[in-house]
Amino acid sequence: MVVGKSVTRVDAYDKATGRAKYTDDLCDKSALVARIKHSEIAHGFVKSVDTAAAEAIPGVVKVFTCFDVPNVPFPTAGHPWSTDPHHQDVADRLLLNRHVRYYGDDVCVVVAENEVAAAQAERAIRVEYEELPFVLDVQEAMKPDAPQIQENFPGNILGHTSVRKGDYEKAIQEPGLIKVEGWYDTPTVQHCHIENHVCYAQMEAGRVIVTSSTQIPHIVRRVVGQALGIPWGKVRVIKPYIGGGFGNKQDALYEPLCAWLSYMLGGRLVKIDCSREETFVSNRVRHAIRSHIISWVRPDGTFAARKLECFSNQGAYASHGHGVNAKGMNAFPQLYPCDNVECDSYTVYTNRPSAGAMRGYGIPQAMFAGEAHIDDVCKAIGADPIDFRRSHVMPQGYVDGFSKNENYYDTFNQVMDKGLILSDFRRKQKEYANQTGPVRRGVGMALFWYNTAVWPISLESSSCRMVLNQDGSIQMQTGETEIGQGCDTAFAQMAAEALGIPVEDVHPVSTQDTDVTPFGTGAYASRQTYIGGFAIKQTATLLKERILRYAKELTRQDVSLLDIRDGKIVRTSDGRELMTLGELATEALYSLEHSEHLTAESTYQIKNNAYSFGCSFAEVEVDIPLCKVKLLNLVNVHDCGTLINPQLAEAQVHGGMSMAIGYGLSEELKFDAKTGKPLNNNLLDYKLSTFMDHPDLTVGFVENAEPTSPYGTKALGEPPACSGAPAIRNAILNATGVAVDRAPVTPHILFDRFTEAGLL
Amino acid sequence: MAQYKLIHWNLNGKDVETMVDVRASLTDVLRNDYRMTSVKKGCEVGECGACNVIIDGECFNSCIYLAVWADGKHVRTLESLLGPNGELSDIQQAFVDEAAIQCGFCTPGFIMTAVEILESGKLYSDEELRKLLSGHLCRCTGYQNILRAVKKTMYRRLGKELPAE
Amino acid sequence: MYDIKALYEAQSVGEAVSLRLEHPDAHIIAGGSDVLIKMREGKLAGCELISIYGIDALRGVALEDDGTIRIGSLTSFSHITKSPIIQEHINVLGEAVDQVGGPQIRNIGTIGGNTCNGVTSADSASTLLAWDAIVELTGKEGVRRLPIRDFYIKAGVVDLHPDEIQTAILIPKEAYAGYQGHYIKYAMRNAMDIATTGCSVNVKLSADKKTMEDVRIAYGVAGPVPMRCPTAEALAKGKAVSAEVVEAFGQAVLEDINPRDSWRASKAFRQHIAVELAKRALQKSIELAGGAL
Repeated sequence: MVVGKSVTRVDAYDKATGRAKYTDDLCDKSALVARIKHSEIAHGFVKSVDTAAAEAIPGVVKVFTCFDVPNVPFPTAGHPWSTDPHHQDVADRLLLNRHVRYYGDDVCVVVAENEVAAAQAERAIRVEYEELPFVLDVQEAMKPDAPQIQENFPGNILGHTSVRKGDYEKAIQEPGLIKVEGWYDTPTVQHCHIENHVCYAQMEAGRVIVTSSTQIPHIVRRVVGQALGIPWGKVRVIKPYIGGGFGNKQDALYEPLCAWLSYMLGGRLVKIDCSREETFVSNRVRHAIRSHIISWVRPDGTFAARKLECFSNQGAYASHGHGVNAKGMNAFPQLYPCDNVECDSYTVYTNRPSAGAMRGYGIPQAMFAGEAHIDDVCKAIGADPIDFRRSHVMPQGYVDGFSKNENYYDTFNQVMDKGLILSDFRRKQKEYANQTGPVRRGVGMALFWYNTAVWPISLESSSCRMVLNQDGSIQMQTGETEIGQGCDTAFAQMAAEALGIPVEDVHPVSTQDTDVTPFGTGAYASRQTYIGGFAIKQTATLLKERILRYAKELTRQDVSLLDIRDGKIVRTSDGRELMTLGELATEALYSLEHSEHLTAESTYQIKNNAYSFGCSFAEVEVDIPLCKVKLLNLVNVHDCGTLINPQLAEAQVHGGMSMAIGYGLSEELKFDAKTGKPLNNNLLDYKLSTFMDHPDLTVGFVENAEPTSPYGTKALGEPPACSGAPAIRNAILNATGVAVDRAPVTPHILFDRFTEAGLL
Repeated sequence: MAQYKLIHWNLNGKDVETMVDVRASLTDVLRNDYRMTSVKKGCEVGECGACNVIIDGECFNSCIYLAVWADGKHVRTLESLLGPNGELSDIQQAFVDEAAIQCGFCTPGFIMTAVEILESGKLYSDEELRKLLSGHLCRCTGYQNILRAVKKTMYRRLGKELPAE
Repeated sequence: MYDIKALYEAQSVGEAVSLRLEHPDAHIIAGGSDVLIKMREGKLAGCELISIYGIDALRGVALEDDGTIRIGSLTSFSHITKSPIIQEHINVLGEAVDQVGGPQIRNIGTIGGNTCNGVTSADSASTLLAWDAIVELTGKEGVRRLPIRDFYIKAGVVDLHPDEIQTAILIPKEAYAGYQGHYIKYAMRNAMDIATTGCSVNVKLSADKKTMEDVRIAYGVAGPVPMRCPTAEALAKGKAVSAEVVEAFGQAVLEDINPRDSWRASKAFRQHIAVELAKRALQKSIELAGGAL
């Protein structure tokens, strides 16, 4: 059994030596450099652009403006395409914009022979604007007199969906109910992968070839085709190693523009290499979501009725749009089932950078609001946060009517049991019960719910190809992408398991090239290990059948008596090793009797899905006079089914916890209220948690095999980012009695809240 | 107009002469002239640490180090750590063994800072190691396994037993 | 690739002074961690630079015959922290500059650059101010020395003549002998950050450790340039060591400081933190000096 073992990452050596090639490493140094002139107002129209000075700078090849681009709106979201026009992503993008909708929008682009000339030219361009009023706040943008951002969406509402269950209005009439109401704000944050988005394009044989730091090569191919108005087969996208993505690169970013530039310049090689500042503003961000929750609670703690309104700040362009907020909203009635529920989620255009996918896809926002609120409920009725959750959380056997997902195990209690032990929660809870000094400690926790993959909202399919080499090893290709999370390694383990060969004999082809890689939609929704597993198992089964059929020719044994074990053809009746797979493969390829290249390729489509669950436990020390929180401990416990590679799983959880620490305590992209200008779009002023801001991270797993998965696995990529921030917030509440209504809980917020609470 | 300078320096143990554009950062020269892909660009302002190299025994972000300043200096990049037959050094192997590598983009910079730490020959506490490694940002690992890898190698080099976690 | 119009490299102070006179529009680059970033932002793009990075004579910490601590202007933060002279006589300065950015920044960043850029948030500045440091400037007429508080003119502007470079920071013996001090950097994270407020306090206690013979305090980010707090200092000077005096000292800094509202922090928040830091830094300084509250 190699599934379940902590085998070394297949790319570890290359990455440890600096040899692994990322996009910029592969780009020929002759590339022309493109640099984008971004809008310096938050909203308005470009009246004119003066490019004369820019074009006069030596080394400048060409300046393109918003007046030059085709008027072909295209969508950018990294979603599977829908052949049903009603379910297609909103196409509200142009390559460059005359109607600029946020500070940082794309207005012009300089192409130059070198980066210095490109930068000089970008600064030399003069843009004249007709300025319009702008709006940054999501609820302000919903007001009737708010500035209108997208022509096709009067009122700025991109999406509004609802949940109605039971009769909320009637239920709240029940006598004796306690009303607990709260508003919870989550911030605009950015992915901050260490490799910025970079891509380059050139033309060969009349087709455009784009190499990009992307999570979704096959989707980018489609979007480039749409944006340029050319057949999708005329586009080839190559995805090498990428330095992290976390959802930002689950969008077509600058690949369409880069492809267009090459096209406009006779197919010359053009590179767009985003600066860190651009990555923060002109790529994608996480939706800031404001949630309003009302719970009507009986004195025994049961919910009579619950209501949620959530307002998601989309920014200027649709990108992933309402899907993010809808996913968060849909967690609400499921996590704490209640007979009478009303939910409304609104996704609203504003003059901010576009929000797209980011690790957790609406669930970190929803869990911050929902799990902070549960602790507020506990505080209001005097309940213990653990006991309350045990009584009211989604029970074993719960089935969701829409997705048909089922909670097969008593998972929530199991993960809480484990988390309580790992965090020593109960002892600390007692110890910290009655503190009065300026420095106080507290413990808090939060649960999360996360739905693996995108069925039944969208297509879920994956394709795989396996090619047998002369030595009995295989190349394996899938459309699913390695972005640092370790899927190449997990896939190699699955393939080895399914074929009966040593894991070293599986060579995953890490690079996706849409010309040769089978179709797959890519890294998002924590889907790849789950859905990829189906395609790998099916393809391995097909390849194995072909191998054994050939083995029958060579061994004259019936296929039913043959198997592949540890890379050898074995007669199962007595276990005798008949030949190695390498011997068979060499013979098969070079046989003068019957030569055959043994390969297999298949697509697997799933129409089911799996819940993934877990929790976080946080311990904090709050220095009240300094308004500072020190995170002492953070524990995450996950049930993501059977672990494929425990060591990599733990490592992945660390990364999600780290993101949750920043979300809870420090990260927020800020904007100037007067101009809409981003204030801290760099790694100094945007407070990503450093090595010194992290405590030791503790990870636990509850391995309940997922019955619907061939390897018993389900989502783990995004879940670790979902519950840490509310656990930290609840620990601060436990320490100080102050229920903070927003993330991140910065010293600035604590200064205000502690002042209000009379603690300062 | 263009201004160049011939610099004499030692790169990864080898004396070299390079004609550099005075406008070039050391990152530019290492990546473009010497194709040292371990030197990464993540921010270009010295905040992320992805371009970190060792100059005369100390770590520097090569993105904000003018290439002309390397004149007369000994510069080491991650490429220098590999043995003649492609053997990983102990610290590289520890990064592999501890799953301290995910996307791999911050890895070379981190390893070079670890080299400076390890070459000091000192034993540091976890708190001290966190500070010594704090000039690098990583979005994948939460730093936990990076700390483990450096700590384990530090103890091994000092011939001391690694304390239990 | 930086947008540098021309680069002039000085190997000696004399050469640097000549280059300053020859190229009046050129900017000085020491370690580059400030200048190169501004250049990339476009603020200094297309400038001429005079690099003084190669003047090794300006590196290192020395104790002069009269007991003056001489810190060459190109000494990096990490070398200041590691210097035995600093550790023995003014350890707080080593601790303060050990909180600048991260390790790589502390290897390239110089104390000269940190003061000459005239930035209020500089981690070295408040401690240098609180210890009555002297700035040594060298120009065509020779050497000029002035107290660091006079060196700062306004935000981003220091008293550096067109022919000069800063060559050393000096701490006279009377400024450090018998003093113990503590610096607290208040920032939003524990590394790679600039100070929201930085507070450096030092104290000289009487022989019996009961009386504060002298107290000095300086802030970064409490005004446009690093500043001392004369009211608070006068209040504490000569007083008996007590919790009441520490409290009053903390409140008194509000008479002197003038932080502003900015997106990084509100004035009210900075004032609140400044008071708290003053109290804590004084208390710690008293403890380091052998006193007790």
